This record gives sequence, C-alpha cells and structure tokens, in this order.
Amino acid sequence: MFEAVAFYLFAFLTIAMFFITVTTSQALYALTALAAGMIFISAFFFILGADFLGVIQIIVYTGAVMALYAFGMMFFDTTRKVKEKRGNRYIIVGLSTLTAVLIVVIFAAPMVSKNIVALYPVIEDAGNIQLVGVILFTKYLIPFEVAAIMLLVAMVAGIVLAGKKMDISLTLMSSEEIKKEENKKVLS
Amino acid sequence: MEIGLNHYLVLSTILFAIGLAGVIKRKNLLLLFFATEILLNSVNIAFAAISHYYGDLTGQMFAFFIIAIAASEVAVGLGLLIVWYKRHGNIDLETMKSMRG
Repeated sequence: MFEAVAFYLFAFLTIAMFFITVTTSQALYALTALAAGMIFISAFFFILGADFLGVIQIIVYTGAVMALYAFGMMFFDTTRKVKEKRGNRYIIVGLSTLTAVLIVVIFAAPMVSKNIVALYPVIEDAGNIQLVGVILFTKYLIPFEVAAIMLLVAMVAGIVLAGKKMDISLTLMSSEEIKKEENKKVLS
Repeated sequence: MEIGLNHYLVLSTILFAIGLAGVIKRKNLLLLFFATEILLNSVNIAFAAISHYYGDLTGQMFAFFIIAIAASEVAVGLGLLIVWYKRHGNIDLETMKSMRG
C-alpha cells in the first residue's frame, strides 16, 4: 500500500519536474527542476531496494553533475530567454514516443520469451551494499577499472579544455589576435 | 494494489519520451545536455526495476557504469561548450555550421 502511494507520488513529481526541464525557457529553472527530478529518481531506487544506487544517484548527480552544470552556467549568458526550434509539434511527440516504446520493447523482449536467468542472484541475509561490493569487485572488476581510467581521462580533458588561457578572453579578441596567440603557443 | 515491473517500465517510457522530445526541441546546447541526462536516468530506472524483480544485480551494476559515463560526458562536454562560448559568444546549435551539416 505504502509502496503504491510512494510510487505514484514520486512518479508524478518526477514527470512534472522533467517536463518543466524540457519546456521552460529559463535555463536556471531547467537546472533547478532537473536537480529536483534527480532527487526524486533516487526515491525509486530506495523503493526498489537498491540503496547503494540511490545514494550514488544523490551524490553523483545532484552533488557533482548539477554543481558542474551550475559552474558551467556562470560562463554562459543565462539571463536571456532561450530560443527554441520551431518544429512540427506532432512530429516531435510522435517520434519521441515511438522511440521510447521501442526501447521498452528491447527491454521487455527477453522477459516475454522467458530468456532471463539470474546470473548473479541475490544472496539471502546480505545487505544491498555488501552484495554490490562483492559483485563489483569480482565479476565486474575490469569494467570498474576501465571506468576509473575513463573518469581520469575525462577529468584531464575537462581541465585542459576549460582551464587553458583563463587569463585572456577569446571573445574580446579579434581573429588576428587569436591567430597571433596560436602561433606563439598552441592554443588548446 | 501491487506495483509490478510494468509500472516501472511505463514510467521509464514516459521519462524517456520527455527527454527525447527535449533533445529534438532544444536549440541551446546546455539545455540539450539536460535532456540527455533525463534519457540516461530513465534507463537507469528500468535497469534498477528489472534488477529488483528478477533478483539479479547485473542491472544495478550497469546503472553504476551509466552514471560514471554520464559524469565523464558532462565534464568533457561542458569543457567543449566553454571553449566554444569563448570563441563565438553563444552556444546555439544553429550557429555551429563550420562543418556545413
């Protein structure tokens, strides 16, 4: 009973927040609604018993990714209204619904054909975090390490892209000055 | 009233449709990134739900890797956006015509 109430409440809240995110014309509203939607999504993970995933969702998405977006928005002119594409509304809605249904069919096809076997079944009397640790560091150790290297590469790329030439403004310089700067030293 | 796997899959469908509509509709690249985050999160919900209802932790593992990929995507993408904004002063998709796409 409580599960149903929680599911419908958070489903409504998440859909409302993400709807605001894609329809609003203010970038700041979109950012705030997206952060709220991320928090509400973590509630589903807690309902589903995936405690560790819910905590990671809050820490990584709402803590790190949203802070990064907020930091990035300081660079951009976000006070003006965002211009929108003027496309055919029916084509947009139809195409996105069709693709979403296709994704669900891809997910549901193995279930319908009864082809799903639990590869790493849940062990009784062990918490979710324990199980995640056991499986992550035995069966998924190499993807875990590759993900670590990927995050390192992304960090280096972010520093190189955003941090170079912080002392000069590329928007205020003319093309000749940028050319001169490029010849002097390799520019990003 | 029992909440089953289908409820979660329907929710995931709705969120995916919202995110995809945002990707098609948005012209500002920052807001297009927001829409891609919605796509990744909706798939994460489907993975966690299947993982719960089939008693298998593989779905949660893949959700973790998706979160890691999303984090690195944001870092690199935002760096590129900052470089583009420094050079051109806006981040609209319409102005990115240097490849004549």
